[in-house]
Parts: sequence; C-alpha cells; structure tokens
Amino acid sequence: MSDAPETPTVQAIEIQAAHWAQRRHFWPWSTEDQLALDAWLETSSAHRVAFVRMNAALLRTKRLAALQSIAPRRSGDTSHWLRSNKIAAAFIVAAVMAGLTSFTLLKPQGPTQTTYSTPKGGRQTIAFSDGSRVELNTDTVLRIEVGAKERHAWLDKGEAYFQIQHDAARPFVVTAGARRITDLGTKFLLRRDHKRLEVSLLEGRIKLDAQSGKKFSSTNLEPGETAIVTPDKIEIRRKSQAELVTKLGWRRGVVTFDQTTIADAIAEFNRYNKHKLVVGDSKAARITIGGTFDVNNVETFIDIARQDFGLHAVTQGDETVLSK
Amino acid sequence: MTDNPDLSRDGIEPRAAAAMTAAPVDEWFAREVLRLESALVQYLHRNWRNPSDIADLKQDIYVQVYEAALREIPVHTRQFVFTTARNLLINRVRREQVVSIEAVADLDGLETAEDTPGPDRTVVARDELRQLQLAMERLPDRQREVFRMAQIEGLSGREIAFRLGLAENTVSQHLTKATQLIADILYGEPKDLRRDEP
Repeated sequence: MSDAPETPTVQAIEIQAAHWAQRRHFWPWSTEDQLALDAWLETSSAHRVAFVRMNAALLRTKRLAALQSIAPRRSGDTSHWLRSNKIAAAFIVAAVMAGLTSFTLLKPQGPTQTTYSTPKGGRQTIAFSDGSRVELNTDTVLRIEVGAKERHAWLDKGEAYFQIQHDAARPFVVTAGARRITDLGTKFLLRRDHKRLEVSLLEGRIKLDAQSGKKFSSTNLEPGETAIVTPDKIEIRRKSQAELVTKLGWRRGVVTFDQTTIADAIAEFNRYNKHKLVVGDSKAARITIGGTFDVNNVETFIDIARQDFGLHAVTQGDETVLSK
Repeated sequence: MTDNPDLSRDGIEPRAAAAMTAAPVDEWFAREVLRLESALVQYLHRNWRNPSDIADLKQDIYVQVYEAALREIPVHTRQFVFTTARNLLINRVRREQVVSIEAVADLDGLETAEDTPGPDRTVVARDELRQLQLAMERLPDRQREVFRMAQIEGLSGREIAFRLGLAENTVSQHLTKATQLIADILYGEPKDLRRDEP
C-alpha cells in the first residue's frame, strides 16, 4: 500500500490482535494489560478492526460450544470432541464484548427513578414520549430511570415486554440481577423468576451480558432466540414465531398450553391469581393439557380438569387441590 | 452521513473525526460486518487479479468502513461494505496507473452489493456446531487440543500449561495461532465449500 515502509504488515497486525484477544480471554488480565491493549488499539483503526475480529471469533466459538448443550446428541458417536460435560461451564468464562471499555453495572440512583409495579393478576403499560412502550405482566416490579445518556430499567421481578425505539446516543439497558440486556433497536420479552431469567427476542437485536461470580459472558441474540439464564449456565433456544406469540398471550389476558403438564399449567395460573391451585399427587401432576385460557378464569380450568381428566377438586378457602 | 461512501476517499481518516465511542461500533462491526467477510473476500478475488493484494485490500476496506461507522453506523451494512469495496478498487486502479490495465478484471463491470451472494445466516444450532467442528478439525493437533481445553472446557491458559506440561509461553503461542486460524475459517471462507488445506 502507499503507507510508510515501517507500517506493519496485515499479517503482523493479525498475529498481534490474536495474541491480545486470546490473552484477554484465557490469562490473568490486569489493569496494566488493559491499558497496554487500549494504547495499541488507539494506534490505528487497523489494529482495532483486527482485534474486534479475533475477539468476535473467540466469542462465537464459545457461544457455539454453549449451544452444544441443547443440540441433539447422536448416540454412539464417541469421538465427538464436543462431548464434554463442562460445556455449559465453559460458557461462563470471561467474555466481555469487544467494546473493552470497563464494564460497569449501573447502580439504581437519582431522583428521576420511577417504580412501576403490578399486583397478582394485574397488567400495566408504560408509554414513553419517544414511542417506546413497556408492558408489565402480573406480579412485576420494574424501575425506570431516563437519563440524558441512557435509558435504564431494572426488572426486580416478574415479566415485561419491551418495544423500544432505538437511539444510539441513548441506549436502553435493562438490568435483571447480575444480567444486563442492551437493546440495539428491538422488541423483547423478559421473565424473571427467582434466579432464572428468560430473554426472548422478537425483533431487532439485543446484547445479553451475564455475570457469574467475577466472570462475564456476552451474547448477541437473534430474533426468534430465547436465552435461559441460570446462575451456572446460559442456554439459547430457537423458538418458532407461534411459540413466541404464545409467550406473549398475557398481553391479551390469556395463557396457552400445549402438551403442558398440569403441574406447569397450575404454576402458570398461580402467577395471576390469588386463588391458589395445588397438585395433590404425582399422577395428576403428569397429565398433559392443551388449550387457551383466560388467565383469571381459574374456574374453567378446574372444570376441565374435573370433567375431561377426571381429577378431583377440593376447595378450601383460597386454595383448590387437584388430585387423581 | 449517507450509506454511500465518498468516492474520492481512499485514505485513512483522521481519528479525531470519531464522534461516537468505539464500543457500539465494535459490536456492530463484530455482528454485521464480519459475517460478510467470506462474500467480501470472494468479491475481491473475482475483481482483483493479484491474489497477494487481497489481505491488504480487505484491511483497508475494514478500516474505511469502521471509521465511517465511528461517525455514524450505516443502516444498510451490506450495501455500505460492498460500495466501499467497489470504490476502493476503482480508486486504486486510477491511482496506480501502472497496474490498472490488468489489476481489475473489468472496471465497468464491477459488481455491486446486489450481485454478490447473500450472507450465510445459519439459524440451526446443529449447522453452526458442525461448522465449528469442521473448523476445529482443521487446526494442527497441538493447537486444537489447547484451543479445545480453553474454549470448550473453560480452562485458563495456566491450567492448560500445567496439565499438558508445557511452558505458558508455548500455550499462549498455540492459542494465538488457533485464534487466528479459527477467525479465518469462520469468517473468511465460503461456507458452502470445504477446503482440506487452509
């Protein structure tokens, strides 16, 4: 090229970039190391581009390895190098996205923070002036802080559907425990139950950063993907459009079951109703059920359980026990 | 800023022009641009006679695309990348008169983004896994072993050195080479072809 003769060759830059990337992933990483890397990246865009590429390759292979935990296994294929029990654990290894600016979890603070909450069975829609909307499902607590440089939400519990107008200068970030979701222009659904977080992306893109102990992983989700984050692993599953629509049934006040066990269906109903359903025995728990129900219409569900599945229903106060 | 790169620009833009912080651009680049790499490399091979220039050309295109994105991230990444590539080839030919006669196959006939094959968008986890598996199989034995322990088993470089009885420096070198090869295989190669030799 026409540059000065001492300009390093493309090959030399790539080796250096690969060196930095793998060191950052697999070796102890100090502040000094980060500063040295930053200095190298600042030297030229060619350095930065090469580093972004190597880093992305490592993140991608790591993510593919994590996917193995949900891919179907072929029996008798013993030579398969991916057959490792540690695959899920491998995903938790430090993997901060290429940005490299220090990762800071934003603390809830400031006078502009607003808390929204819904009771059991409740729903609420929050509309923002920029056209963004957030819909809260039953039994949900969401805090929102709109700043000049960032829009931030904290999902403390429950489920919310986000339709966010993208603004590169003012990203929308949701924190749920040690997980952080950054929208890159998008529609997504978050459901948080205790230590489990489910992230479903319907449109656009989001980045999911998860923290486990001192380690981070960063994943970009594609539309149709659902990430299930538990303290020790992340699973990514592809969902059909129909499945995603079903997941959003609550926006219309319905839940849809398909080959769902009575135990799971009851757990779902109990999210919405004060009147609690309880499974009386394991035989009843294993029966599977299908159909769409009004979330608040426990009676219909009990009727069907009785008439179609021959279950006995005993109601006492705020609780109904279903048994075979 | 539009999606059409300035035709006259074929140099390095001053970094002072950077208005955006790098992090979102890095993410965009990793997500949107890298997946076009195999199509871009094929495009360069079709339209530039000297194969030994391809790596340099690719880097220059990436730098231009990246620096443009620092000002504003293009909406249509694919179109932007291939327009940048096309303009860069044309400018190079104009500037370097000596090579112009044979450098470009057909200057007027240079394809635009619309003609190039679509990006490979694997959606089935199995296929992606298969691709990774094939990529891993092509690493030299020692590199593959070390890379597998690091990426799949989640071991640190130090743990790998200890387990294999290797110097940490050696493990580091294996990981560097493996990272480089994997990046080339994952991004640079046509996905429908499987070459036995890198």
